[in-house]
Amino acid sequence: MIQINNLHKSYVTGNNSLHVLKGLNLEIEEGEFVSIMGSSGSGKSTLLNILGILDNYDEGAYSLDGHLMQDLNETQAARTRNKMIGFIFQSFNLISFKNAMENVALPLYYKGVSRRKRNQMAMEYLDKLGLKPWAHHMPNELSGGQRQRVAIARALISKPRIILADEPTGALDTQTSYEVMEHLKQINEEGITVIIVTHEYDIAAMTHKIIRLKDGVIEEIIKNGDLKSFQAQYNRNINKSEHHV
Amino acid sequence: MFDIDVWQEIFSTIRKNKLRTFLTGFSVAWGIFMLMILLGSGNGLQNGVKQEFASNAVNAMWIWTGETSMPYKGMKTGRPIRFNNRDYTFLKNKVNGLDEVSSRFYLPGDTNYAYGNEYGSFTTVTCHPALRDVENIKLNKGRFINHKDITDFRKSIVIGKDIAKALFKEEDPIGKYIKVNDVPFKVIGVCHDPDNRNDRTAYMPVSTAQRIFNGGDRVHSFAVTTKMVTSEKQAEAITSEVREALAQRHKFNPDDKRAMGAFNMLTEYLRTMKIFQGIKIFVWVIGIGTLIAGIVGVSNIMLILVKERTREIGVRKALGASPRSVIGLILMESILITTVAGYIGLTMGVGIMEVVNYGLEQAFASGGGDGIFFRNPTVDFGTAITATLILILSGAIAGYIPAKKAASVKPIEALRDE
Ligand SMILES: Nc1ncnc2c1ncn2[C@@H]1O[C@H](COP(=O)(O)OP(=O)(O)OP(=O)(O)O)[C@@H](O)[C@H]1O
Ligand SMILES: [Mg+2]
Repeated sequence: MIQINNLHKSYVTGNNSLHVLKGLNLEIEEGEFVSIMGSSGSGKSTLLNILGILDNYDEGAYSLDGHLMQDLNETQAARTRNKMIGFIFQSFNLISFKNAMENVALPLYYKGVSRRKRNQMAMEYLDKLGLKPWAHHMPNELSGGQRQRVAIARALISKPRIILADEPTGALDTQTSYEVMEHLKQINEEGITVIIVTHEYDIAAMTHKIIRLKDGVIEEIIKNGDLKSFQAQYNRNINKSEHHV
Repeated sequence: MFDIDVWQEIFSTIRKNKLRTFLTGFSVAWGIFMLMILLGSGNGLQNGVKQEFASNAVNAMWIWTGETSMPYKGMKTGRPIRFNNRDYTFLKNKVNGLDEVSSRFYLPGDTNYAYGNEYGSFTTVTCHPALRDVENIKLNKGRFINHKDITDFRKSIVIGKDIAKALFKEEDPIGKYIKVNDVPFKVIGVCHDPDNRNDRTAYMPVSTAQRIFNGGDRVHSFAVTTKMVTSEKQAEAITSEVREALAQRHKFNPDDKRAMGAFNMLTEYLRTMKIFQGIKIFVWVIGIGTLIAGIVGVSNIMLILVKERTREIGVRKALGASPRSVIGLILMESILITTVAGYIGLTMGVGIMEVVNYGLEQAFASGGGDGIFFRNPTVDFGTAITATLILILSGAIAGYIPAKKAASVKPIEALRDE
C-alpha cells in the first residue's frame, strides 16, 4: 500500500535548512494498524504529512497504492486525498460554524455528492460512532471525545483506504483515548489501513506495529509478536518517569 | 459553482460575522448611494437648465438693428440701420449657416383687440411661418400662419390662449373675425408658448401687417434658426457670417454691436452643455472614488477573514477541497456582499431622487416652483445598469487578492498546532 524509499525532507527557513527526514525507508501493507513513535521533533508529523500528500518531499520516492506521489499539483493532490485518505487531528479541526452532521458530510461535498445523500450518509456514520443524538449540535457543544468521534466519522465518510491520525488521543483523557482507539481498531478490522502518531506507549501498544523514529530514520520496528516485550519496556519507561517525579 | 452549498457556506460565514459584514457592505452601499445622488442632481440641474432653453429652439437666433456707433467709410456715427424684405430673401437664400428665417415688423403703438362686446390690448407679433419653429410655439387649436397667408396678404391671425379666453370666453374662436386696431382678422389658430406664464401674444403674417399698417418693406428684426452645429466655435462663426453679410449690405462696421445686435442661442446652449459635461465627469470621478474606497474596504475585510479562516481553509483542503473551490468560495462571498450592499445603495439613491422628483413635479403642477433650476433629477436605466455591472466587477476585484491568498494556504501550515 505504502512504499517509501530513501525519503529526504528539509525545512528551509531563511538561511537555515533543517534536515528532518534523512533517507527513510518504510513499507506498510494494506490493512495494517501502525503507530509511529519518537521523541518530539523527530519528524513524525513531517512523515505523516508527506504520507497524506499535505506536503512534498525533497528526495527519494513515495508510492501510494502503486502510484508515485511526485510533482502533483494542488488540484491532483486534493483529489487523491479526497479519494484515498482520511485525516484525524489532535485538535479535531472541526469547522466551528457547521454542526456535527455538516462537518461529517463535508468530504462528500468535495466529492460532488448531492446534499441529501451526503447528509444521510453522515447520519449513518454518526450513528456508527454513537453520536446520532448529537448530529445537530455545534462543535462547541460537544465534549473532546465526542468531537474526536465526529472527526473520525468525517475521516471515514469518503471511504478512504488509509486513515492518518496525528496524535488523535493527544487532547483526550485516558478513558476517552481508549474509546477512540477502540473505534480505530474497528475501522482497521474493516480492512482500512490505519497509521497513527502517538507519544503514549499504551496507545501504541494497541496497534499491530510500532515504528520508532530517531534522527530522521527508522530506529526500530516492533512487530505484533514482540509487543509483549514492548509492554515490558513500556512499563520500565513508566517506572523511570515516575522516579523522576 | 452556483449550487446551493456554496451559498450555504457563504451565508453561514456572513451570519457569523454580521457586524463586520454590515460595516463592509455599508461602505459600498454608501459609495453607490452617493454616486446616484450626485448623478441624479447633475441630471436634475441639467434638465432644469434645458427646460429654460426649451421655450425656444436651441438653435434660435435673433437679429435686430439700431444706430451706428462707429464711423464707417467716411460716414458718421448715429446713422440708423434698417432691414427690409430683400434682407429676408437674402438671409433665407444666401446665408449658408441659416436654416429658417422669419422677419418681424413692429406695429406702432398699442394694438387693440375686439370681438363683440369684449375688447383688450395685447401684443402683436408679425412673422413668417418659420417663427413657429424658432420660438417653439405650440398650437392648442387650428393652424399657424402658412406660406399662403404671406403671399396672399391674408388677414389671418393666431391668438394666444389667454386672448382667446378674454375675447371668446367658452366660444370656439376658430373661423371667427376679430378686430385688430379696427381691421378685421380671421382667427385661424389658438396657441401657447410652453414656458410662458401668460399667453397674451397674437401672431399675424408680416406681409399683411406691412401692407395694412403702412410698413412698406420695412423689417425691424429677424428670428432665425441656425444650422445645428455641435461646437461653440462653429456657432460663433455663423453669427459672424450673418453679421458680416448684413454689414456689407447696409454699410456699417461689422464690429459695430450698436448698429446691429444678434443673439445666438446655440452658442449659449453649447457652452452650458459643456459645463454639464464637465460636471458629469466630475461626478463620476467622485463617485468612482467613493466606490473604490468601498472596494478597498471589502478587500481588506476579506483579507482579514481569510487570515482568520486559514485553519478552516486548511482543513477543507485536507478533506479534498481544490484551490478552485476555495477561490470560488471567497470570490462569491465578496461579490455577494458588494452586490447586495451596492444594490441597496442604488435603490435608496434612486428612490430618494424619485421622491425629490415627485415633490418637484407637485410644486410645478400646483403652479409654484418658479425659479427652481431643477427638473427630473433621476438616473436613467442605462446608468443604473452600468452601476450594477461596475458593482459586480468591484466585488470580483475586491475578492480577488483575498481569494488568491486563500488558495495559497498550505494545509500543513494551517493544521499545525500552535
Ligand atoms: N513548516 C516547518 N518549517 C520549519 N521547520 C519545521 C516545520 N515543520 C516542522 N519543522 C521542524 O521539523 C522538525 C520535525 O518536526 P515534526 O513536526 O515532524 O516533529 P514531531 O516528531 O511531529 O514532533 P512532536 O512530537 O513534537 O509533534 C522540528 O524540529 C520542527 O521544528
Ligand atoms: Mg507532531
